[in-house]
Amino acid sequence: MASFEAPKEANLKILQFLYDEPSLAFQFLTDITAVHYPDDSGRELAVVYHLHNLVENVRLRFKVFTSIEDPTIFTATQLFSSANWMERETYDFFGIQFVGHPNLKRILNVDEMDYFPLRKEFPLEDQTRIDKDDEMFGRGGSIR
Amino acid sequence: MRPVRFNINPIPANTKDSLAMVEAPEGYSGEGFFATKLSDVVGLARKNSLWPLPFATSCCGIEFMATMASHYDLARFGSERVGFSPRQCDLLMVMGTIAKKMAPVLRQVYLQMAEPRWVIAVGACASSGGIFDTYSVLQGIDQVIPVDVYVPGCPPRPEAILDGFMKVQDLVGQESLRRRNSEQYTALLESYGIQ
Repeated sequence: MASFEAPKEANLKILQFLYDEPSLAFQFLTDITAVHYPDDSGRELAVVYHLHNLVENVRLRFKVFTSIEDPTIFTATQLFSSANWMERETYDFFGIQFVGHPNLKRILNVDEMDYFPLRKEFPLEDQTRIDKDDEMFGRGGSIR
Repeated sequence: MRPVRFNINPIPANTKDSLAMVEAPEGYSGEGFFATKLSDVVGLARKNSLWPLPFATSCCGIEFMATMASHYDLARFGSERVGFSPRQCDLLMVMGTIAKKMAPVLRQVYLQMAEPRWVIAVGACASSGGIFDTYSVLQGIDQVIPVDVYVPGCPPRPEAILDGFMKVQDLVGQESLRRRNSEQYTALLESYGIQ
């Protein structure tokens, strides 16, 4: 699948162009997700758009990178209605702030959760358990 | 063509010595009277007419369906009537993974049940979180509600669920009538933040 990267300020313009240009016509948004690269300073979070041209059956992957200190990205909800819940999910798990989103709140996790569980600084395991102290379970040992 | 056969001469079932009957509690009997403890009679009645409320969220629920069906037949133990209203049921059977988001719902269902009520945690997930040692899964339902019997297994076989059910029956049959008013019980509920 073709994949490309762009500056995060340009994400809406590029999505709009891919949508409107008749020879491209990427008018279906398959997925929005994010990836956390903790060692890539200044570009810790990648937001990934999966686009689909349903006429030609061609798929395209589009990434923008942002720093973890200022994880703000323009929302795609004006262009794709389906981006609403996908961006809520991406916010829920990675804490990406989608500027202009009409209802940016948690969608899958409990509302009381005070962190973003798929960021790599947070251990995946439930930390309330005390009966599994083996390092194989992610508690007690080092992560690396 | 295969002949059609009708069961025109059915063999009557031989129920002699194969029917399980509940034994009468200990007591004194004489001509026209039988005297025993009220708690024994109440326990006998309760344990043999438990109304389970299945709270099935995953594969353990499928095993419970087998337990209810004709082959294993939970109805033999007096639980013919599986209720789906917490107000009417005595036994909450939690079967399956409980996500943290589901925990308040489960607690609400428990609170809606009338005393006396019992809880059985079926399977590894309901008992301890099981393999789902992760941020989104409740690490055992005993974090939000008190549990009487745990059934291990992933998922447990219907025999194991029946065994757990019979353990609950033992608890119900032997329970003192004053237990639900005792300080220990109040303290237990208090530790879960229930009044």
